[in-house]
Amino acid sequence: MTSPLQQKIKISGPSVITANRTWDGIVIWRTAAKGWSAELSDAAIVRTADEARALLAESVADDVGAIGAYIAPVELKDSGKIKPGNLREHIRSAGVTIDLPVPA
Amino acid sequence: MYAYDELDRTLINERVLEFRDQVKRRLSGELTEDEFKMLRLQNGVYLQLHAYMFRVAIPYGTLSSEQLRRMAHVARKYDRGYGHFTTRQNIQFNWIKLAELPDALADLADVGIHAMQTSGNNTRNVTSDQWAGVAPGEIEDPRIWSELLRQYTTLHPEFSFLPRKFKFAITASDHDRAAIKVHDIGLRLYKNAAGETGFEVLVGGGLGRTPFIGKTIKPFVHGHDLLSYVEAILRVYNQYGRRDNIYKARIKILVHELGIEKFAKEVEEEWLQMRDSALAIDDSVIEDIRSRFSYPAYEKLPHMPDELKKAAHDPHFEAWRKNSTFPHKVPGYAIAVLSLKPVGGPPGDATADQMDAIADLADKYSFGEIRVGHEQNLALPHVARRDLPALWKALDKIGVATPNVNLVSDIIACPGLDYCSLANARSIPIAQELTRRFANHDTANLIGRLHINISGCINACGHHHVGHIGILGVEKNGEEFYQITIGGRADEKAEVGTLIGPAVPYGDVADVIEDIVEAYLALRARPDELFIDAVKRLGVEPFRERVYATR
Repeated sequence: MTSPLQQKIKISGPSVITANRTWDGIVIWRTAAKGWSAELSDAAIVRTADEARALLAESVADDVGAIGAYIAPVELKDSGKIKPGNLREHIRSAGVTIDLPVPA
Repeated sequence: MYAYDELDRTLINERVLEFRDQVKRRLSGELTEDEFKMLRLQNGVYLQLHAYMFRVAIPYGTLSSEQLRRMAHVARKYDRGYGHFTTRQNIQFNWIKLAELPDALADLADVGIHAMQTSGNNTRNVTSDQWAGVAPGEIEDPRIWSELLRQYTTLHPEFSFLPRKFKFAITASDHDRAAIKVHDIGLRLYKNAAGETGFEVLVGGGLGRTPFIGKTIKPFVHGHDLLSYVEAILRVYNQYGRRDNIYKARIKILVHELGIEKFAKEVEEEWLQMRDSALAIDDSVIEDIRSRFSYPAYEKLPHMPDELKKAAHDPHFEAWRKNSTFPHKVPGYAIAVLSLKPVGGPPGDATADQMDAIADLADKYSFGEIRVGHEQNLALPHVARRDLPALWKALDKIGVATPNVNLVSDIIACPGLDYCSLANARSIPIAQELTRRFANHDTANLIGRLHINISGCINACGHHHVGHIGILGVEKNGEEFYQITIGGRADEKAEVGTLIGPAVPYGDVADVIEDIVEAYLALRARPDELFIDAVKRLGVEPFRERVYATR
């Protein structure tokens, strides 16, 4: 399998690194403090391919903490809020778009 | 029910210990994800959008009440209180933690349930007719042969690293409820002109990116030769199947590229070398498996008991009885299908409370047995007809008595983009909206048998190619669009549906389906001409015209 670091990196706007936490699988984002957070608002923002490559490299290096790290687009609102950049990432961030059979 | 022997129990328990150790080593960092991935997949553990997903096998769709209760327990203790029944007689838990998976697996192993080979490039869960053993007119119980294949293929070293996944399905009835023609190997048990029982073997069926209907590779294989023959097929596939391109790796591509005649010739040559080897099955092996299946001690009961006559005055009960109960091979009994397709609900989901209640009802009314069908519904296979009114009341109370089996709102759908990391578009909300549009039972009955299948991507877990109406989610410029096909079917007359035109946006799908249904109602030759027959007679053009004339 091709490592994400060997793939050509192209970003068209502000992006974050996201993955799933190894022990429980929940969605996490890479922070500027070289850690992970379950809140998108804590995510480090990258704007160039080089920045993205560097952040992805340190994310992938944490193989024990996270699984499947990749670059995901985000939107930055005027308020400073970070919003997921597409529907898939919106669902990963906000959860399923349906009512679960058993309310949480 | 099939009773596992000591060998099976040991195998399952050893597998739990092995996986527990693998998980421990993964969490400690001793195993990297690259090293661990194949190990977890071979135990049914995927990574989806929000969490790990755990797929558990329900071999040939048969469950005991004890096993269903244990699934409820797993849903409640390790997940979020529900499970999702799939189109291949599995159940999936969507929110499970890797650290807790060994405990969940151990709890399931206590009652003979496992997740071996529910993923990975190996032979998957062997599926069968969910009415096996109780369907009138069946040649014999196909689960005996399913079980033989399960034992034979489980952890088979030669078939653990195939070019791609490999799926078997078996039926022993004229009407195919197991969709054998869209499996890698489909087996139809029947009696030939000489009165001998054996199998028509089909190969190379499958859906996904490149759908194919299976082709008959050998019209008759005697039961004694079943293992050697399927092994010959698998060997030819293992040797020639493409490993360089995941999209061309399934056996259907090999059969298509070689042609069925050449493929059959290769298999025949391979088979003749091993036909009389240790793979030739002795009658005693089959008898041993047969003896481990237990069947209920049916009573002699009337076809029309007083309880049923009395309940016939209740239109709600009658609507359910007519729609959701089916003839049983034993007089006085019925097969009761439990719809997991409530109006507005996600297709195939059952809560832990529902599973517990169904297990209790199975004990009370169905000799402790439950069946799981590829249509994502459950069935109680041995219900005395006198008990149907009481059973209906209990099922209605827990929300699994919607009288929509085989009707327009009995929708098959994959989890789609709400859960699945492969999906391009959502499936469940589309299904939910359609069930609301067609919630009126009289309207649904007027429409008659109509199967809608929805997949959230080209991998086709919702079997959209073989839906009478198929809906495939695609992504276009970041938006969800849906391609609509009509005329597909998954039964003994299996066909791949035909695309009716350009994909439509998310918000238009339900309107388009309503248009297609309205066109059918206007065009059908008579009230009992089914949708699928009308499409066969008319082609797709009138439906295309109706849908796109104003769009």
